[in-house]
Amino acid sequence: MKPANFDYARCERVESALDLLAEHGDDARIIAGGQSLMAMLNMRLVRPSIVVDIASLDELAYVKEAAGYVEFGATVTQAAAEAWPALRKRVPLVAAALPHIGHFQTRNRGTICGSLCHADPSSELPLCLATLGGDVVLRSRRKKRVVGALDFQIGLLSTAKQPDEMMVAARYPAARSGWGYAFREISRRHGDFAIVALAAVVGDGKIRLGVGGVDDKPAVHEWDDMDDDSLADALNDFAWDLGGGDDIHATARYRREMVRRLGKKVIGEARQCRS
Amino acid sequence: MQVLKQSERHRVRFTLNGERVEGLAEPRMLLTDFIRHEIGATGTHVGCEHGICGACTIRVNGKAVRACLMLAVQAEGKEIETVEGLAAKDGTLSALQAAFHRNFALQCGYCTPGFLMSLVDYLEKNPNPTEADIRIALSGNLCRCTGYAEIVNAALEAAREIQALSASK
Amino acid sequence: MLYKNMQSTDSEAGVAQRPRQNYVGQRVLRVENPPLLRGHGLFIDDMPVKAGTLHAAILRSPHAHAEILSIDVTDAISLPGVRAVVTGQDVAAMTDPLIVGFATPMRYHGIAVDRVRYVGEPVAIVCASDRYLAEDALDHIRVEYRPLPAVVDPIAAAASDAPILHPAVGSNVVSYREFRHGETDKAFAEAKRRSEIVITYPRNSITPIEGYAVVAEHLLDSGGYDVISNFQGPFSLHPVMARALRIPGNRLRHRSPPNSGGSFGSKLALFPYIVILCIASRLAGRPVKWIEDRLEHLAAASAAPNRVTRIEAAYDDDGIVSALRLKHWDDHGAYLRAPMPAPIYRMHGLSTNAYGIKHVDVFNHILVTNKCPTGAVRGFGGPQLYFAVERMMHTIAGELKLDPLELIRRNLIPAGSFPYRAPAGALIDSGDYQRLIDETVSGGGLDELRQRRDTARRQGKLYGIGFAVVVEPSQSNMGYISTLKTGIERERSGQKDGAVAAATVSMDPLGTVSVVADSVPQGQGHQTALAQIVADQLGVKIEDVVVNLEIDTQKDGWSIAAGNYSCRFAPAVASATHLAAVRLREKLARIAASSLNVPPDNVEFADRKVFARDNAENWLSLHRVAGQAHWSPASLPDGMAPALRESVTWSAPELTPTSARDEINTSLAYGFGFDFCGIEIARETGEIRIDKYVTSHDCGTILNPGLADGQIHGSFAAAIGASLYEEFSYGEDGSFLSGTFADYLVATAAEMPKLDILHPVQSPSPFTRLGAKGIAEGNQYSTPVCLANAVADALGRGDITVPLKPAKILEWISGDEAKSRSVAAKASPKGSSINGEGLAYVAGDPQTVWSALLNENGLRAAIPGCERLERVGENAFKATVTLGVGPVKGSFKADIGLSDLDEPRSAVLKGVLSGLLGTASGTGLLTLVPQNGGCRIDYRYEIHLSGQAAMVGGRMVNAAARRLINEFFLRFAASLGEVNRAGTSLPSWRARIKSLFGAQQ
Ligand SMILES: Cc1cc2nc3c(=O)[nH]c(=O)nc-3n(C[C@@H](O)[C@H](O)[C@H](O)COP(=O)(O)OP(=O)(O)OC[C@H]3O[C@@H](n4cnc5c(N)ncnc54)[C@H](O)[C@@H]3O)c2cc1C
Ligand code: FES
Ligand code: FES
Repeated sequence: MKPANFDYARCERVESALDLLAEHGDDARIIAGGQSLMAMLNMRLVRPSIVVDIASLDELAYVKEAAGYVEFGATVTQAAAEAWPALRKRVPLVAAALPHIGHFQTRNRGTICGSLCHADPSSELPLCLATLGGDVVLRSRRKKRVVGALDFQIGLLSTAKQPDEMMVAARYPAARSGWGYAFREISRRHGDFAIVALAAVVGDGKIRLGVGGVDDKPAVHEWDDMDDDSLADALNDFAWDLGGGDDIHATARYRREMVRRLGKKVIGEARQCRS
Repeated sequence: MQVLKQSERHRVRFTLNGERVEGLAEPRMLLTDFIRHEIGATGTHVGCEHGICGACTIRVNGKAVRACLMLAVQAEGKEIETVEGLAAKDGTLSALQAAFHRNFALQCGYCTPGFLMSLVDYLEKNPNPTEADIRIALSGNLCRCTGYAEIVNAALEAAREIQALSASK
Repeated sequence: MLYKNMQSTDSEAGVAQRPRQNYVGQRVLRVENPPLLRGHGLFIDDMPVKAGTLHAAILRSPHAHAEILSIDVTDAISLPGVRAVVTGQDVAAMTDPLIVGFATPMRYHGIAVDRVRYVGEPVAIVCASDRYLAEDALDHIRVEYRPLPAVVDPIAAAASDAPILHPAVGSNVVSYREFRHGETDKAFAEAKRRSEIVITYPRNSITPIEGYAVVAEHLLDSGGYDVISNFQGPFSLHPVMARALRIPGNRLRHRSPPNSGGSFGSKLALFPYIVILCIASRLAGRPVKWIEDRLEHLAAASAAPNRVTRIEAAYDDDGIVSALRLKHWDDHGAYLRAPMPAPIYRMHGLSTNAYGIKHVDVFNHILVTNKCPTGAVRGFGGPQLYFAVERMMHTIAGELKLDPLELIRRNLIPAGSFPYRAPAGALIDSGDYQRLIDETVSGGGLDELRQRRDTARRQGKLYGIGFAVVVEPSQSNMGYISTLKTGIERERSGQKDGAVAAATVSMDPLGTVSVVADSVPQGQGHQTALAQIVADQLGVKIEDVVVNLEIDTQKDGWSIAAGNYSCRFAPAVASATHLAAVRLREKLARIAASSLNVPPDNVEFADRKVFARDNAENWLSLHRVAGQAHWSPASLPDGMAPALRESVTWSAPELTPTSARDEINTSLAYGFGFDFCGIEIARETGEIRIDKYVTSHDCGTILNPGLADGQIHGSFAAAIGASLYEEFSYGEDGSFLSGTFADYLVATAAEMPKLDILHPVQSPSPFTRLGAKGIAEGNQYSTPVCLANAVADALGRGDITVPLKPAKILEWISGDEAKSRSVAAKASPKGSSINGEGLAYVAGDPQTVWSALLNENGLRAAIPGCERLERVGENAFKATVTLGVGPVKGSFKADIGLSDLDEPRSAVLKGVLSGLLGTASGTGLLTLVPQNGGCRIDYRYEIHLSGQAAMVGGRMVNAAARRLINEFFLRFAASLGEVNRAGTSLPSWRARIKSLFGAQQ
C-alpha cells in the first residue's frame, strides 16, 4: 500500500499553485489536508504525476465574516473551524456537523475546502453547503469564479472545478435570525462516514432538507411549511425520489426509512431552535 | 518554487522530540516509513495506511495527526513528537504512560504509541474530560487486545493526575 | 473485581503491602510494559535486516474464480530495483503441496498455480530493493484470466450442480463425517417434543493491528532457510512447511521476534507465506522481507469458517433435553490449509456444551467455496457451535413459556459430577455451574435488570434480556483433528494424542533466573505470568527473572504443540514452567541442605535466600548456592548434574486419542462462563443499545487477575465486533466487499458498553499443575449468542443472525415500507452484482440507432473515456478506455461484443474490462422501441466488479458503475442527436434520460 510515483511541490503562494495546475491540468492533484487524498494515493486509486501541496498557504488560512456569509479559506482545517469562536452563532449547521467528521486527529489536518472538493456523497460539509445554498470560490490563472453549491458538486467525487482551478474559499450563508438549523446523522460507528446525513433549515415559511449518503451527491428539497401529515407524505416522496442502493452497511430501504424518520426529527429540531 | 522530482531522494529535515534529524526521501515516501526506517524511530507503528487504525498517530507542530496520511516531504521544518519523546530523558514514565502501566492498558502494545500520542494531545487541550469524552476522543484508535476498558481508565486517571499536578504548581 | 496492584520493580511504590513471596494470584504489573510504553518494543518490522535484503510485494487475484491462462513478467522484471518475480509455477516446481490432516487430492501451494480461487489469492511475488518499487512492478505483471463461475454460499457449494473449486477432489464437500454418540434417534423417537432451527454464522476474524510479517533467507550452503516471522504456532506446522520445502526439519530455522502485535489466532495462517517467501528468497538469491498491509490482511489473510447449522433438540414438557442433532456445513473458503478444519473438531467433544444431555449426533460437512481460506480465530469453533446450542435452549424455553435461565438450569451438568465425561468425549475436569450462576444472578443484579425490562416494556420500548452459558476448553489435544478420519483410517495413520509443552528454567552464578518456554505470546503477558510462577518457587524477586519467549527452533525446546493458541498457556506452558522451577528448587534445596545442615525438604526459599524452615537465622544467600553449582561441581551431592538448568517437557495423560466410537477429549481443562445482558432496540433506527452486560467466569486458579481480566475485556470487545459490526462480506459472484477498515468495522472505545466481570467461583483444574484454565476465549463464545438471545427476547423473533446491523433489525421490526405515491416501487438492487435498468430517449428511428450501435464510430462515441476501439470480429470489438469517477481513474482494456441480435429490436451487449483498478464484466439487454418519431432504448444491465476498486470502494463502487452506464447512454444519445436532428421532437432529450438509479427527474 504505497503510492505510485509523483513529483511534489510545496506552494508558498496561491499563484504558484495555479501555475502548476495550469501547466499539468488533470495530471496534478492538490493536497490540502490529505485526509482523503493520501488514502487514495496509498491504495493507488489515484495516480497524479504531481502533487501540489497547498497546506502551507497561510494566506488562505482565514475565517472571515462577510455580508450574509462566513468564508473559510482553502487551508482552514476542520479543527480550526471548530475552534473559531463565532462558529456556533454564525453557522450553527456547520458547528453541528463538524464533530461528525472523522476524528479529532483527522480534523487537525482535513480542510473544509478539501472536503468540498473531494465531493464524497456522504460527507457532512458538502451537505451543509448545499442545504444552506452556499458558494465556493474557484480560481485559475484564467479567472476567479463563484459557483453555487448545487452547481459545484455534480456527482460522485465529481465537481464542476476545472483541472486548472483550485478552490480558494467556501462561503457558508450565515444564520438568519428567526431561522432554525439542525443536523443529524446515522453511521455505524463514531466517526464513520454517514449512512444517511440530514441537514434541516426552517425559516421564512419554508422547510429545506438536505440529505447526504443516499444519492450520488447531497440532495436538497424545499417545501412550504406544512403540517405533520403532509410532511410525512413529502418526506416519503423525497425518500423514494432519492433512490439509493444497498451496500454492506445498510439497505436502500434503510436509507429511505432514515430520510422519513430522521428527516421528521431533524426538521422538528430545526423548528425548535428558531431564534 | 521548487518541484521535488519523483524517483529522486530529497533532503528532509525536522525536529523529532526536540532533536534535529534529517534524512532522504522520495516525494512519495510516507512519513511513517521515513520516521521508522530512515530515522530509525520505530516506536510509531503502522496498522492500516488509510487513516483509520490510529497506530501511526504522532504530533506535528503540537497537533495529533496520522503519520500514514502525510508524506515525509511534508514534515520539512516541522516539530514532530512521537512516543519515544514521552518519557523523561532518564526513562521515567510520564503520568500517562505510568497510568497505562498501572491499569493494564496495553497487551501487545502495538496500538499503544498511537493511543498515547492521541491522549497526550487530547488531554493537553481537554484537561478535564468525562468518560464519554474520552471514549469519543479515542474513537480514532483501534485496539484489538484490551477491549479499551483499561485504556479509558488509564486516561481518566492520568487526566486527574495531570490536573492535580498542575494545580499544585 | 478489584485487585490491588503489585509493582514489578522495587523502585516503585507498593512493595510494602506485598505478601511475602507470593506472586501467583496477584495483580503483578506486566514486565512487558516498560519498553512498549517507551516506544522501544521490537516488532518484526522494527528489527534490522541484513544489507541487501529485498522487499516483497504480492500480486493478488482480482477474481473469485478463474483459470490463469498466462502470466507475463517480462516488463516487471526489467524495472529498476526489481530482482525477481516469482509465480505459482515457480513455487509449484520447487515445493510439495502443503498437507492437511487427512488425505485429499487438493493441492495447495500458498500461491495460485493454474487457477485462482478467491479474491486476493497470491499470484506472483515481486522482490525489489524497496516496497515502493516492488509495488510499482506489480502494475507491470500481465496476467490473462479466464473467469469461472464462483460459489460463495456453503449450502449452494454442496449442491451437485455447484461450480467445483478443485476438480481433483470432485466435490466441494471435501470431508463428510457422521458421528453418533448415544442413542440419538431413539431419544428423538421417544421425545414428547422436538424443535429445529437453522443458524447462519458469518465470517469474521480479529484482524490484529500488526499484520503478518516474514523475513526469509535461503541458505545456499546448507540448502536450508532462516526465517523470522510473527507466526504463532502450533509448531505442528513446522514439519508441514519443511516438507513442502523439501528440506529436513532441522534446516528450517524459525525465530520469533521479541514482540508480536496481536494475533488472536490469525497469525497461524501465515505459514504458507513462509514457504512462498523462502522460495522467493532462493530464486532472488537474497533475504526477502514481506510486511503484509491492511488490504492484504483483510482480503487474504484468514477468517473463521462461516457455518450453517441445522440443530434439532428432543425434550420433554419440563424442558429436559434428552438429545441433540447437529448438522454443520462448515465453510473453509478456497483451500483447506492445516490445521483446518480443526475448529469444528476442537469443539466436537463439547457438542452438548454445559448440559447433561445424553445423546448427540453430529454431521460435519467440510466445504470449500470461493472465499479466503480459513484459519484460527480466537474462539476456534466455539462461537459457531454455541450460537446454535444456546439459541436452541432459548427457543425451547420459548416453546415451553419457561424463563430461559430456568431451562438452562434444569439441563446443566450437575455439580459434583466432575470430572464429567460428555457423550462426544470431553472430560470436563471441574466446575460448579449452579453455584456460579446463582452467585452471578445475585452479584450481577439480574433481578434489577428484569425490573428494568418490565419498566421499559411498559413504556413501549423494545427491551430484551439474553443469557448464555459456555464451557471454555483450553490446551488442545493434538489428537483431536484425527477425529475427522474414520477409526480405520486413524489406525492406519497412527495414533495421535497429548500436547507437549516445554520449558527451561536456569539460574546463573549470581542467582538470577532465566526462563525459556514454548509459548509465542502476542501480548497476553506470558512473560509476567511465568516470572510470577518462577519467582515464587525460587524465592527471588520478580525482577530477578528474565523470561525470553523468542523461540528459535534450532536452539529451544519445542514440540508440535508449541505456540500460543487455544488457551494453551495457563494449562500447559505454565505447568511445564512450574515443573521446571520446582525441579530447580529441589536441586537447590539439595545443594543447600548440606550447608544448612537440614534435610532438603526443610529448605525454604524467600527474599533471594535459602534458609532452614525452623530457623530463619540459618540461611544462605541464593547466589552462594547458585555459585556452588556452577563453580564447584565436585562439591555437589553425589550423582547431581552440575550447573543449574532444568528443562521439562510435559504432556497431560488425560489427553487421550480419539476412541473407536469417535469420542474425543479435545482439551485438557474446561472453564465455565455465564453471561447475561439487557439490550434496548431503538424503534426509530434499529440500533442496539447494550444497557447492561455481565460476564462471569470460572477459570480455575487465576494466575494474575490483571492479565485475566484483560483477556476478558479483549475477548468481549472482539465479540461485540462479531455481534454487531464485523463481517467479511462477499458478493454472490465472490467479489470481496470489506477490504478496508472503513468497511470491516472494528468496535472502538466509543462503541464499547460497560462490562461487569465476576469470578465468583474458582474450581482449580485437577489436571493442570497450578489448577489454572484458559480464560481468553469465553466471551468469544458467549457474547454473540447472549446478545442474539436478548434481541430475540426483545422482538419475540426466532431467526436472529449476526452481525446485528441496524438495517436488518429495522426490517425485522417494521412492517411494510411506506409506498411511493408516484412511480410503482421497483425492487432495489440486491447483492454485489450491480444491476439496474433505465431508459433513454434518442433521436432517430430504431434502424438508425441499430446501425450506430453496431458500428465502431457509434460505440466509440458512446463509451466514456474511449481512447481506441477497433473491430476484431463481426460484432466484437477491442478498446482501450479510461474510466472512473472524479480523480479515481484508470486505464482499462475492454472486450466488447454484441450478440442475440434481433434487428432492429434488441441486442445483448457484453463487455469485459480489466485494468489496475480491477475488473468488470457486464451484460446489458437493449430493447429499441419507436416512440414519438424517435427511439426509446430500454436497458437492463448486470455488472460484476472485482479487484481493487470493488474491495476498497465500499459504498461508492455501485454508484460509480451505475453512473458510467448512464453516461454511456447519455453519450450514445448525444452522438445520435448530431447524426439525425430530424426526429428531435422531444424537447431536451438529454434531461429526459431516466434511470432508476441515477438522478430521477
Ligand atoms: C479516518 C477518517 C475518517 C473520516 N471520516 C469522514 C467523515 O465522517 N465525513 C467526511 O466528510 N469526511 C471524513 N473523512 C475525510 C475528511 O477527513 C477529509 O478531510 C476530507 O474529505 C478532505 O479534506 P482534505 O483537506 O483532507 O483534502 P485532501 O485529502 O487533501 O484532498 C481531497 C481532494 O480534494 C482536492 N482538493 C483539496 N483541496 C483543494 C482545493 N483547495 N482546491 C482544489 N482541489 C482541492 C484534492 O486534490 C483531492 O482530490 C475521514 C477521513 C479519515 C482519514
Ligand atoms: S496506520 Fe495510520 S491510521 Fe492506521
Ligand atoms: S494492545 Fe494490542 S492492539 Fe492494543
